[in-house]
Amino acid sequence: MTISKLLEITNLCKTFRLHIQGGVEIAVFNGLELTLARGEVLAVTGPSGTGKSSLLKLIYGTYRAGAGRIEVVHRGSVIDIATATPRLIGDIRRHTIGSVTQFLRAIPRVPTLDIVAEPLLERGEDAAKAKARAGELLERLAIPPRLWHLSPVTFSGGEQQRVNIARGFAARAPILLLDEPTASLDPANRERVLAMIAEASAAGTAIIGIFHDAAARNQVATRTLALTSPP
Amino acid sequence: MTLADDQPLLVAEGLGKLYGGRVGCLDVSFALWAGEVLAIVGESGSGKSTLLKCLSMQLAPSSGRVHYRLRDQRMVALDRLSEAERRFLMRTDWGFVHQDPREGLRMGVSAGANIGERLMAVGERHYGRIRGAALDWLDRVEIEADRIDDSPLAYSGGMRQRLQIARNLVTGPRLVFMDEPTGGLDVSVQARLLDLMRRLTHGSGLSAVVVTHDLAVARLLSSRMIVMQAGRVIESGLTDQVLEDPQEPYTQLLVSSVLQV
Repeated sequence: MTISKLLEITNLCKTFRLHIQGGVEIAVFNGLELTLARGEVLAVTGPSGTGKSSLLKLIYGTYRAGAGRIEVVHRGSVIDIATATPRLIGDIRRHTIGSVTQFLRAIPRVPTLDIVAEPLLERGEDAAKAKARAGELLERLAIPPRLWHLSPVTFSGGEQQRVNIARGFAARAPILLLDEPTASLDPANRERVLAMIAEASAAGTAIIGIFHDAAARNQVATRTLALTSPP
Repeated sequence: MTLADDQPLLVAEGLGKLYGGRVGCLDVSFALWAGEVLAIVGESGSGKSTLLKCLSMQLAPSSGRVHYRLRDQRMVALDRLSEAERRFLMRTDWGFVHQDPREGLRMGVSAGANIGERLMAVGERHYGRIRGAALDWLDRVEIEADRIDDSPLAYSGGMRQRLQIARNLVTGPRLVFMDEPTGGLDVSVQARLLDLMRRLTHGSGLSAVVVTHDLAVARLLSSRMIVMQAGRVIESGLTDQVLEDPQEPYTQLLVSSVLQV
């Protein structure tokens, strides 16, 4: 890989085999190729069921690749996520790949500020600095301080999504995966998130995102990957 | 610290336990690193608790071996420990949280004594320091200081479970074994316990092996998971890998059987 390339996917194949539904096989990818460089914002498009979220989950290591390579630059060396040990994937998630999923998953009672600061603490950063950074992000995403010490479990969908986005951006990972980051946001908050994406990209973060909203997509994407159903 | 020079805390190697001719667990191998929470999941009778007991020296395995890294960094086989080393592990370096707190607590003495006793077992004799540590731990597990002299018999199930955790953690163990720690508790009490366990393990370097049949508990607490069926490990990986992309028919059945609320 050249120096500016952060991610390179070669011949990626993925088939789900549903044992308890008669062994049905669902092929999602058959030889997908993709590279991503510093500062790029790649929008993944395609109808439902073509594997947009699956692609993000394969890169994050949540789904296991059937064949092919998913190489990332991690702490200065090239690592293939498709064959990395669970422990190494954990390290890659702490330091190299950040992720914003569609839904927030949290233990009830854990305060919002702690949830956002957690990725920073996991990579060993100072607790006070981590909380300060978490506070900045929450403020930027218009989550008022009076909510920071509450669990987000009872927040509205849009508020939960912003907490999730703050958490995803907190660690300033070189690669960021965004699954519908603006889906349930009002126009003002949508603009805030798009501005954060543009800023991260300008600072060199490589981003892969799924944006159903075409206007949002056109505003931030530097490139598009259109997925189609495999034959 | 890089991953390469970081050695595991505990390694199970071909671990098996037979009860007569019946398999408790068979051929279990895995490694656990400092700071990791490993969940062992599977249905009743799959061998989870037998495995936990073999790992924690409560049962002698029929085959295989467990290696553990002592505080001086020596990796030793548990069946070759000296009596002093064995006692150190059981009393100080390890904790064991039972599903039923009555098994892990002494019900006849006060809450404070339950915590203080473990400190006394490792040689602490100063009453003020013991009481201070007990108060500190009661606070950390959210039990009011004025309940320190009460017997655990007067505690609710959730409080007893938190007291059991305090008793285990007061000696600063590096590894805690937990057998269905949230089993039998109300959901609201479970959430409080999960929050406590998360705070105790995240970022502290404390490792835990948690046996649970509750996949939601495993998801929230653990970073890695092993799935057992009929005494064997049939699948393992990162917790989200196993739950979102299960490979084995049994794991797929297990995951798809969870009711959504």
